[in-house]
Amino acid sequence: MSRRTAKQAKQKKAPARARAKQVSRPLILVATRKGAWIFHGDPARRSWRADGPHFLGHIVSHVVLDPRDRRTLLAAAKTGHLGPTIFRSTDFGRTWKEAAHPPAFPKAREGEKGRVVDHTFWLTPGHASEPDAWYAGTSPQGLFRSQDGGATWEPMPGFNDHPEYRLWMGGEQDGTPDGPKLHSIIVDPREAKHLYLGMSGGGVHESRDGGRTWAPLIKGLEVVEQLDPANVQFHDPHCVRLCPSNPDRLYQQNHCGIYRIDRPSNEWVRVGKAMPKKVGDIGFPMVVHPRDANSAWVFPMDGTSVWPRTSPDGRPTAYGTRNGGKTWRRLDSGMPATQAWWTVKRQAMTADARDPVGLYFGTTSGELWMSRDEGERWSCIARHLPEIYAVEAAEPR
Amino acid sequence: MKIVVPSPLVSYTQAREVEARGATLAAVFADLDRRYPGLRFRVIDEQDKLRRHMRVFVNGEQEFDLARSLEHADTVQIVQALSGG
Repeated sequence: MSRRTAKQAKQKKAPARARAKQVSRPLILVATRKGAWIFHGDPARRSWRADGPHFLGHIVSHVVLDPRDRRTLLAAAKTGHLGPTIFRSTDFGRTWKEAAHPPAFPKAREGEKGRVVDHTFWLTPGHASEPDAWYAGTSPQGLFRSQDGGATWEPMPGFNDHPEYRLWMGGEQDGTPDGPKLHSIIVDPREAKHLYLGMSGGGVHESRDGGRTWAPLIKGLEVVEQLDPANVQFHDPHCVRLCPSNPDRLYQQNHCGIYRIDRPSNEWVRVGKAMPKKVGDIGFPMVVHPRDANSAWVFPMDGTSVWPRTSPDGRPTAYGTRNGGKTWRRLDSGMPATQAWWTVKRQAMTADARDPVGLYFGTTSGELWMSRDEGERWSCIARHLPEIYAVEAAEPR
Repeated sequence: MKIVVPSPLVSYTQAREVEARGATLAAVFADLDRRYPGLRFRVIDEQDKLRRHMRVFVNGEQEFDLARSLEHADTVQIVQALSGG
């Protein structure tokens, strides 16, 4: 009989997944206005090594690791001059290969004005049962799908070309300062054909047939004063997230507050009214807990007067709820106490799946922050990066 | 014919000057894309228009029409427009 140490014996008893967690080294994928960085962490998430820049000078909107194979990275990029494309890596960024057919609208018929993808803004891996499927959301609003791991992309005409849906999107001048966007593409983990998406502007929409038809999901959402909340194009969801532990619950950070919905209800509830009046419930990111649907986090932004898009009062903070939005608690330990005028964009805050959950955010001033204890204490991982557009936490194979 | 490419496209061509064939600008870009996959879409959008901040010169004269016919002795220069700050 072979001799084993106590440690080896203990490891043998531990489930395979738990053993993998003990040795896995987390990644933080950071997309910025001037390129992408991959931060490699130690297993305890205490030290991080910066790998980058990748695509220096490119405007990178999103970098995502495929959770199904945990080795394929997709990056959505363009430059100020060159058109938009998608890069793909299967070796954690050592080499990248460009998509053969990046997201692009169909060529318009003679005499019609065709749409042009300015940039791919959002990437979502498909359902676990569809290993090579990905979705992309673009600016202006367009929905695209890849069935070959991101090498080629096809428009989803059921959405992009439906005359009514195009009314929802408004005109090209109706979007965000960086252009109107399709974002928050969500695949129900229980059903590959059940999808959600958000548009700024254009509201939240749901499909139950894999994207062939869509219906607005805007009841209960407020719009800017004096506008008609029944008109879909006045709606501006900033970020929508589905709770992995309860896929019937979604949270949303909207232009007009923080909301929660519990399906099958079709009505959102403004849970942000419980936020302190002085801080308000305007912001961009929305983060949900991987195992507790009552826990979520936001990062408030000053949406008063001319919308300064800074931290309220120059005092950045996350807010967290542990009861589905009934109450919110300020979580700013470790952050600057005053005169910090950065904020966090809609894709730039995320959570990992560890216990306790790690939270991460990147700032408009190029700082990368994290909390190893679900927001109780924060520390800065990196400074002096370009403006951060997106942050994703990932566990590579 | 000789094609002069701007620095942002050298990651595709690995050179500032390359050769391409075609009787029109559109055909030249199609040939460039065959030789350097992905290059065309970075310069020309899905509606077959030059992107807003890209310019093309034929023998030193700016050209917007991709149907413009070309001779073998012509020189095509792709330029990143002087825009932005």
